[in-house]
Amino acid sequence: MLRLLTLLFCVGLVVAGSVLWFTRAEPVAPERFTALSGDVVHGEQVFYAGGCASCHQAEGQTDDPTRLPGGQRFVTQFGTFVAPNISPDPIFGIGEWSLTDFASAVLNGTSPEGRHYFPAFPYTTYTRMTDQDVADLWAFMQTLPSADVESQPHDVGFPFNIRASLGPWKKLFLNTDWVQPATTPEAERGRYLVEALGHCSECHTPRNLLGGLQTANWMSGAPNPSGKGRIPGVTPAHLDWSPEDIAYYLETGFTPDFDSAGGEMANVIENMSKLPPEDRAAIAAYVKALN
Amino acid sequence: MTKFILASVSLAALVLGTTVWAGGHGGNPAVKARQAHMQLYSFNLGALGAMAKGDVEYDAEAAMAAASNIAALAAFNQAAYWLPGTSNAELGKETRALPKIWEAGSTAGQINEELATASAQLAAVAGDGKAEMAAGLGGVGKACGDCHKAYRAPAN
Repeated sequence: MLRLLTLLFCVGLVVAGSVLWFTRAEPVAPERFTALSGDVVHGEQVFYAGGCASCHQAEGQTDDPTRLPGGQRFVTQFGTFVAPNISPDPIFGIGEWSLTDFASAVLNGTSPEGRHYFPAFPYTTYTRMTDQDVADLWAFMQTLPSADVESQPHDVGFPFNIRASLGPWKKLFLNTDWVQPATTPEAERGRYLVEALGHCSECHTPRNLLGGLQTANWMSGAPNPSGKGRIPGVTPAHLDWSPEDIAYYLETGFTPDFDSAGGEMANVIENMSKLPPEDRAAIAAYVKALN
Repeated sequence: MTKFILASVSLAALVLGTTVWAGGHGGNPAVKARQAHMQLYSFNLGALGAMAKGDVEYDAEAAMAAASNIAALAAFNQAAYWLPGTSNAELGKETRALPKIWEAGSTAGQINEELATASAQLAAVAGDGKAEMAAGLGGVGKACGDCHKAYRAPAN
């Protein structure tokens, strides 16, 4: 009997060890980025299309949208996440990082210390970003002002605070597959802007019990993670705006009946208004083609 | 017959009067006044936006009229209808105005000044051409968004 228990215990250890090993936080292969050099000017476009500042600027910050001290709190059913400082400050920000560190964070949700990031950081979207865009974004972010503000810890309770559990979670929900089909160059651009950069689905798509996006109900609206109200669906079944209406909304914040965007969406508009008109039109085309 | 007409007219007057009374007395008057104010922004912005989007042909005179209305609205003294005690914390679903508007450190007044400046600029350029008007409209939109971002509760 004792032998059997010992055997079971050993098998259990091996299984647990294997799971931990196979779901460990992995960086990107360094050689993938060595040949790439970033373009600051294009990186700025990636920065606004990716909406980095919406979360990483301070609470209520209205001055310079490129100052990224972090500190905004995101209340969810899993706990409260606090956006970290991602300014180029060498002590409090990410100034000491390499391009590979940055790519590992953005594409794989892996920190330079080899830990899993919580997916409040939308790497499940950014994982579809092209390597060149990652390099360009990194080049731009290194030009931003430093902020000497310490990042605050997340307030996440057991069991969600066990970061190792994010390994299996990533196996389930982190992949580079596109959700929607795209048949024209404009549709592809729109899809890239929405599914790889804009992370629209992180709020507009409902989640399952594990916090993964329900791709079958893509962009059909979802409860607000803060618990108050709903984030509207944007598929044609929920939204009958014309493509021009959608593009104009993304540019100015004005709805077709000339209300104006508020809440988190006002941040999105600030970013989207800085994109070229063709990009906003491509997003509108993507939204109209949703089903 | 005269009696019948008199009775009908009286009844109609009574019904109409009751409706007006209900409309006039239901809800907080300060909230209704500011929502009406917002409605006037919306109506005038709509005239400009339709031209900016290309739904309607650009008309310098109409653009100037709408833009100066917006500038006039932004310059309005609204103190009497942004009363303390009229946020969604006190009045519930009747308003989406957040209590933060009246709390220490509120920037709502400052954003309204930004709106006044932006709408005065819009009024100055609205007659100069579609592109100038559309650009001026962008500045107004930013002020709208700044205030709604921080001080208005989500719609549902």
